[in-house]
Amino acid sequence: MVDLSVDIGSLRLKNPIMPASGTFSEDLADVFDLDTLGAHVTKTITRGWRDGNPTPRVCEVSGSMLNSIGIPSKGVGAFIEKTIPFYRAYKAPLVVSISGNTADEFAALCSEVTVEGVDAIEVNISCPNIEEDGKAFAIRPSSTYDVMCKLRRATHLPLWAKLTPNTGETPEVARAAEEGGADALVVANTLLAMAIDVRTRRPKLGNLMGGLSGPSLKPIALRMAYQCAKAANIPVIGCGGISNAEDVLEFLIAGASAVQVGTATFINPTIMPSIIADLQARLESEGIASVRDLVGTVIDGEQNEGVVFMETAP
Amino acid sequence: MALHATTAAAISPANAPAVFERDLEVLSNEPVNGEYMRLVLRAPAALLQQCRAGQFFHLLCPVVGGERPYLRRPMSIYGFYPEREELHFLYKVTGEGTRALFHLGPDDRLNVLGPLGQGFSIEDDWNHLVLVARGVGLATLAPLALEAKRLGRKLTAICSARSPDVLMSIDYFRDLGADIVTVTDAENTAGVDNLERIIEELIADKGVDAFYTCGSNRLLRLLQNLGERHDIPGEIALEQQMACGLGMCHCCVRPFRKDGRQVNLRVCREGPVFDMQEAMPW
Repeated sequence: MVDLSVDIGSLRLKNPIMPASGTFSEDLADVFDLDTLGAHVTKTITRGWRDGNPTPRVCEVSGSMLNSIGIPSKGVGAFIEKTIPFYRAYKAPLVVSISGNTADEFAALCSEVTVEGVDAIEVNISCPNIEEDGKAFAIRPSSTYDVMCKLRRATHLPLWAKLTPNTGETPEVARAAEEGGADALVVANTLLAMAIDVRTRRPKLGNLMGGLSGPSLKPIALRMAYQCAKAANIPVIGCGGISNAEDVLEFLIAGASAVQVGTATFINPTIMPSIIADLQARLESEGIASVRDLVGTVIDGEQNEGVVFMETAP
Repeated sequence: MALHATTAAAISPANAPAVFERDLEVLSNEPVNGEYMRLVLRAPAALLQQCRAGQFFHLLCPVVGGERPYLRRPMSIYGFYPEREELHFLYKVTGEGTRALFHLGPDDRLNVLGPLGQGFSIEDDWNHLVLVARGVGLATLAPLALEAKRLGRKLTAICSARSPDVLMSIDYFRDLGADIVTVTDAENTAGVDNLERIIEELIADKGVDAFYTCGSNRLLRLLQNLGERHDIPGEIALEQQMACGLGMCHCCVRPFRKDGRQVNLRVCREGPVFDMQEAMPW
């Protein structure tokens, strides 16, 4: 019997598969039993009510997609009243994703969602920080460290920092998040991208630019997950283009302890239960007793740090 | 007036999955006229019995013939027949997804997710239903005629098109006992003024209990005005680019007037059928 369970700090997940924030909600319970999953990760909320971005909010690019939703949010009150109670019926740990325009607003929300029924808080520090000219907190190590320190003081719950690929300082940001108090790193959010309709000459997204997700993002997210696992001493949760059990193995071997599945659920809403079954069968057939035995087993020889952490094409 | 439930309150962990994701066999995929194709799939009766007029399926269009659609494509149900185990879609080849669908033939399989969304409602005291639609919008409204027939209500279908040869679903409506009025650009009868005259006459002669439409700003404005003038409720089916189709991603929102303010609602979950007076022209 294969052991699929993994530990993310103090939190035990029965398997390493969970949804990526923004690609999951109560609505998926229409399609399969949500307790199949290792954890539940809710869509990012902000403290106050937000309308989100103009449409079109989505477009496809060869084999992947761009989105610019703009974090529509009903606010923290509605979330605590309606969303958290829904997940009480499930055994899987509940991870709540939050965001804020400023570090103080972020920390206030972090404190407000520290309530019964929440098992961890994923802090979406890939969102724009209005105190830093709209640059995401996680673009720079200094802003990452500052916001993580404030978030750390705001809750006793495990804090998962969701990093952005829109940085040239991945290992430094990973270390800054850890030093600021993160218990795990989610690697990574979407990559800033653009598409234009050549006939109308208009951008295909209402918000001009948006985040790339899907299989095209996977090699980038995998590289970052590898770098973060090397740079930091806290668990890494891989996220980016994961669509099948093979992709999961790749992230585990690179150093991730668990993974999040996002865009693939839009194509096939039952993909997460399928991946869990495939992963189990794959490990059984290869005689691997536990998924934990795979984590960080990449054979990368004696590469020096300069190669491991490079952020430019060689 | 709220004509249908717009909350997801019916969802609870205790509920068995209400949405099917499965491969269905293609029975046929043939042109119905110079512009439109009809795709017929074999589907289990249990799935078809859950379908309601106005709902849609999210289709995983095949990677075939050089076409590589990635996201699923939402498509409204054209017909559902539990007794024949058939699910019908009507489509026009316009982009990568529909070009891929065009390649499907008997014995191929197509992965579908559904039925999804809120369908049309027909209140108990609505005896004369009037639908007004144009082009592929007639596909979305066609199953309403099935439902009206099942419930024993009278239906008048006002069908609009560029020219008489591309008028669609006329036989479909006629076979279901609907009264049919056709208007076309070619005959100069499809203008708003003429439609208004036709509908005013219908209201005066027979009384109208509800309007149904989809997809056109012109028709929406006309029916909103007529509805307000005569206090006749109505519903509209709307479209938007979608990703998940289930309500998770919030890609497919549109603005609506609700309780005196503008709110964004998800076409896939709160819709695709909405109260006509709450819909906003675009």
